[in-house]
Amino acid sequence: MGKRDYSLLGPDARHAVDTGLAAAEWYHTDVPRKVMKALMQRTDGPALRDSVILFGCMITFAGIGIALWPSWWSAPFWLAYGVLYGSASDSRWHECGHGTAFRTPWMNDAVYQIASFMIMRNSATWRWSHARHHTDTYIVGRDPEIAVMRPPELAKVVLNFFGILDVLRFFPNLIHNALSGPTAAERTFVPQSEWTRVQRVAQVHLAIYAATLALALWMGSILPLMVIGLPRLYGAWHHVMTGLLQHGGLADNVTDHRLNSRTVLMNPVSRFVYWNMNYHVEHHMFPMVPYHALPRLHAAIRHDLPAPNRSILQGYAEMWPAFRRQLRNEDYFLKRALPPTAKPYRCDLHRLSPGTPVADTAPPHALPAE
Amino acid sequence: MPWITACATDDIDPEDLIRFDHGGQTYAIYRSPKGDFFATDGKCTHEAVHLADGLVMGHRIECPKHNGQFDYRTGEAMRPPVCVNLRTHRVRVEGGSVQIEVA
Repeated sequence: MGKRDYSLLGPDARHAVDTGLAAAEWYHTDVPRKVMKALMQRTDGPALRDSVILFGCMITFAGIGIALWPSWWSAPFWLAYGVLYGSASDSRWHECGHGTAFRTPWMNDAVYQIASFMIMRNSATWRWSHARHHTDTYIVGRDPEIAVMRPPELAKVVLNFFGILDVLRFFPNLIHNALSGPTAAERTFVPQSEWTRVQRVAQVHLAIYAATLALALWMGSILPLMVIGLPRLYGAWHHVMTGLLQHGGLADNVTDHRLNSRTVLMNPVSRFVYWNMNYHVEHHMFPMVPYHALPRLHAAIRHDLPAPNRSILQGYAEMWPAFRRQLRNEDYFLKRALPPTAKPYRCDLHRLSPGTPVADTAPPHALPAE
Repeated sequence: MPWITACATDDIDPEDLIRFDHGGQTYAIYRSPKGDFFATDGKCTHEAVHLADGLVMGHRIECPKHNGQFDYRTGEAMRPPVCVNLRTHRVRVEGGSVQIEVA
């Protein structure tokens, strides 16, 4: 296997289309229709409760931070505010983008727009980017949301715990979008009918950042930026910490989410910030199930999934060594054992693909590939 | 155009759908919350995922892959990422059977 080309316009993208990996049919665990219908049901209650808590805490923490500014006593409140602004926004963007968090469409849309701004994503572009992520999850050249490319650049991973690379990429892209709409790469997954919307969203975001910066200059203080903008840096660590676990160290170019996604059991605070996306195999297999029903979905299908990691720490103990091995051999990936009750991994398309898993001829319950 | 029997009326729960394949084509047959029947092409116009595993909410069908939505009475695309309307088919109920008109 040669070096992977993650460009959406490159040879691996064409190869994925030619070999049938793009827009392929993926493995799904069998779930009775009545059970799935119950799991898919929408309701406003849980997301309304969580949104009141989230925005209430943000207002409270920011208010105390402003009141105590510039004393160092304000620091803990900014750190708490930052995690809600720079990390909880990621999961709200995600769930409301799927349209599953609330039953009422305008509530999904309102929280989606606010969260997109906080997490520094163009709400029009990223809706399509994420659709592609679900169509072609970790298909090289097709998925625009691959967090850690192979071989991993670990320094970049560490920098992004503080949002640095994301923000450095965001602003030039924002200006490009505001001036001339989507970039060439974005136009591969955003339909032309949405290009004007991409530009308009970018102009609104740019105007808010410009106004915040102007206020900071007028005040001669970074305080306005502590409220808007900077929390995307100092509060990003939690969404990066949890986000890396979603697919890190696992297979690419496969059509079975059990091979490329990870479920990790977590503490209740992280699950609130992350809105249950720790049940990530379940989410990818059945994206129409709302976040609040994912624990029930996990219980319904866990007989067919690899055992979940028991904690964030245990997830990192599995993932980080895999990253290090991928430095020497970018084809290396973790292939976790399935329980005896599970159906075998789906490997029929994989021999045709770039990045063919080196262990795809192993028996169904094989342990990590070497 | 011919009418084809797709299923019995009680094969579909209210506010649900089933898949029906005929003549190399695949369809989705819906039963609304009030018990009316409707039919559309079976696959989403976004990325050809079958709608039969999706969720019916009122008069909308949500695609199980990307959560795009259509009004299954008219086929109108209601929520991104779907942009292209879904083709609908006429339906009638004859003696406890749901029939659809196929091209």
